[in-house]
Amino acid sequence: MFGKLTLSAIPYDVPILVGTFIGAAIAGLAVVGLITYYGKWGYLWREWLTSVDHKRIGVMYIVVALVALFRGFADAIMMRSQLALAYAGNPGYLPPHHYDQIFSAHGTIMIFFMAMAFMQGLMNIVVPLQIGARDVAFPFVNTLSFWMTTISFLLVNISLFIGEFSQCGWLAYPPLSEQQFSPGVGVDYYIWAVQLSGVGTLLTGVNFFATIVKMRAPGMTYMRMPVFTWTIFCTTVLIMVAFPILTVAMGLLGLDRYLGMHFFTNDGGGNQMLYLSVIWGWGHPEVYILVLPAFGAFSEITQTFSRKPLFGYKTMVYATASIMVLSLVVWVHHFFTMGAGPNVNAFFGIMTMIIAVPTGVKIFNWLFTMYKGRIEFHATMYWVIGFMITFSIGGMTGVMLAIPASDFVLHNSLFVIAHFHNVIIGGVYFGYVAAMNFWFPKSFGFKLNEAWGKRAFWCWFIGFYVAFMPLYVVGFEGMTRRMNHYDNPEWHPWLLIAEAGAVLIACGIVCQLTQLYVSIRDRNLAENRDLTGDPWNARTLEWSTSSPPPFYNFAILPEVHELDAFAHDKEAGIDTRRAGGDYQPIHMPKNTACGFLIGAFSFVLGFGAIWYIWWLAAVGLIGVIATVIARSADNDVDYYVPVSEVARIEQEHTHNLMAAQAAE
Amino acid sequence: MAQNMTADAAHAHDEHHESPVVFGFWLYLMTDCIIFGTLFAVFAVLRDQFAGGPTGHEVFELSGVGIETAILLFSSITYGFGMIAAHENKVSTMRTWLGVTFLLGLGFLFMEIREFSHMIAEGNGPDRSAFLSAFFTLVGTHGLHVTCGLLWMAVLLFQTAGKTELNERMIGKLTCLSLFWHFLDIVWICVFTFVYLMGVL
Repeated sequence: MFGKLTLSAIPYDVPILVGTFIGAAIAGLAVVGLITYYGKWGYLWREWLTSVDHKRIGVMYIVVALVALFRGFADAIMMRSQLALAYAGNPGYLPPHHYDQIFSAHGTIMIFFMAMAFMQGLMNIVVPLQIGARDVAFPFVNTLSFWMTTISFLLVNISLFIGEFSQCGWLAYPPLSEQQFSPGVGVDYYIWAVQLSGVGTLLTGVNFFATIVKMRAPGMTYMRMPVFTWTIFCTTVLIMVAFPILTVAMGLLGLDRYLGMHFFTNDGGGNQMLYLSVIWGWGHPEVYILVLPAFGAFSEITQTFSRKPLFGYKTMVYATASIMVLSLVVWVHHFFTMGAGPNVNAFFGIMTMIIAVPTGVKIFNWLFTMYKGRIEFHATMYWVIGFMITFSIGGMTGVMLAIPASDFVLHNSLFVIAHFHNVIIGGVYFGYVAAMNFWFPKSFGFKLNEAWGKRAFWCWFIGFYVAFMPLYVVGFEGMTRRMNHYDNPEWHPWLLIAEAGAVLIACGIVCQLTQLYVSIRDRNLAENRDLTGDPWNARTLEWSTSSPPPFYNFAILPEVHELDAFAHDKEAGIDTRRAGGDYQPIHMPKNTACGFLIGAFSFVLGFGAIWYIWWLAAVGLIGVIATVIARSADNDVDYYVPVSEVARIEQEHTHNLMAAQAAE
Repeated sequence: MAQNMTADAAHAHDEHHESPVVFGFWLYLMTDCIIFGTLFAVFAVLRDQFAGGPTGHEVFELSGVGIETAILLFSSITYGFGMIAAHENKVSTMRTWLGVTFLLGLGFLFMEIREFSHMIAEGNGPDRSAFLSAFFTLVGTHGLHVTCGLLWMAVLLFQTAGKTELNERMIGKLTCLSLFWHFLDIVWICVFTFVYLMGVL
């Protein structure tokens, strides 16, 4: 009846987990209680959970990403504390099987649910506005994507309290992840969470590619697209190419585990190297899926706060496209030591080094954009400059690892850990935080507090160096990754320093939360409100509409005559909004619960399959299919916003604009 | 005046005439193509890993597979006739052709399941060797797609029942399924060539 699920699957004998559960339960009850107290369930359901509005879906993605950041960072600081303690006979406080789950969960969560969710949130909020569209190509698919990501993250967190998580690292290499060596449900949690969230991401890729190709405002040719849109365009291509490979990798590993097949097993002719090749065929493009949008955000921010157009727009576009192509031919550098032979390794080593060229072009473009610009040292600019320094260092250690000979020495050591955190924190995370600070007023109509933003930056920036530079050192000294305890006295001081760095980063996160709190508290102060919709005097179309934008984004679709359309209009004295113009009824999609339902049934399917509760899995699967069919039969999916409503909303914004001008 | 306007009437002066549905579905098919591409690559790597079990020569019966292939290719033609009827707004003709396609697809699936169950009954299931794992997964994934296609076809047959004309949305759905069905045909030609023919010859 309940498959593998018994009472013993509840880890009530592990104090850390019980404590976590109590904490999570209290927090959850508090949230539920507050929503009930203020009677907001109906509002939440109608306006957010079932929304097909890309701006709201974007915000929800970022909320999920911040929760994931919290969870992922809790894992990180636990690992650092374990390694600060577990030295010379002291076993530390985390037994190996628990420690292994923590590092596996940390990587899985940070990549799939922090970074991916954050990235998809940003593209949701920004891209349709930036190309002058009213929504994405497939609004229903968009809410479905969001829910697939969210329920997968829920699955990972459920594994904390029911059963266990994978102990096989964030990519679950076989044969360790096979049934023979991991008979528990941990790897199954991993497979289903990654597989289901992968479906969501793939659909996002298709959706936004179609949006950018089909829905750009009149006059916006490809070479007039803002750079952020360009980077998302390339990212969606990579998603469409890479995520099916991940689907296959997870599928085959699942078939090995569930049906006793022999793709990656030790016996029966299986081949573990095949798994490495397939999973990294996804895994390497994935890092560019994450970092290209960050590059796009840096470009928008740099040009806005340097008060001049981006230096070398075309080279930026070509560099992005080159990185997109090159990222598909470097995956073998993740396993140079596998023994593919010198010629194969040499090819992939050289291709890897070549990627540094377009990336270098970008760095110089940003520097030249700042050169002779009137730079405003806004909090977002701090993250940009911090990124340029940090990412350059990370890039250089990456080129070191790209040399097969030196990779043989550094492979699987903490040097590798230091390198990819160097690029992912310094590139991806700094970029997303900068983007959040930059586009926050667009979503909510008020700015984020700058003082706390700068404090957060300094804690993260310094904390990053203190936490990860020591790992380069112990990496050179031969310390391998995923180690639970060690005896080498030379490593100990470095790991203590790294722990201090993790504490500094924790301060950074606290500053970010404080920043959110203070900003929301002071949202109505005149200096924080954004009445104009253009708080930074920026250059692209998303700033031409109000903050927050009306749900239809643009009453009259903007016409684009040049790159940086909004800047051009402002200089030429053109009203991009064409306020009071000839409004037409606006065609909009209706909200739908189908995305939520398919997500919920997928969760049931995943949970049933993880625990071998086959009737439950069948219920989930049938539920998914039935919801899809019901949706397909529903012809009442759109409506028209009447002209009077459009005129009323636009009038209101015009009033705000005039009030803001009068205040100046 | 606009408040009373029905959605259909207002469609006339919408800015985006062209629905992105077929384009989006085409994109999805390309991602599906990568799934099959990866599975073919996996099969290529594992095709000689018999682990003491049978080779393709021993388990494949080309005559049955030949009939399967003929059925599936023919079902693409009948779907094509259905689409011609759909574009001429001949709903009942379209439904007849779709019904024929459905039966052919069902026949294909039946033969595939029979082949699989024979192999499993003889102890040559997917857990026998890496070669057979790769074989069952590649061919089975195609079969799963055909199953989804049939389910979709049944839904569309149900939704068009009693209709005298097809609206734009329905034509879009039929076009997407058409793309899907022809795509599965192309994949099957690759399966037939690389898995069966090259496994036997």
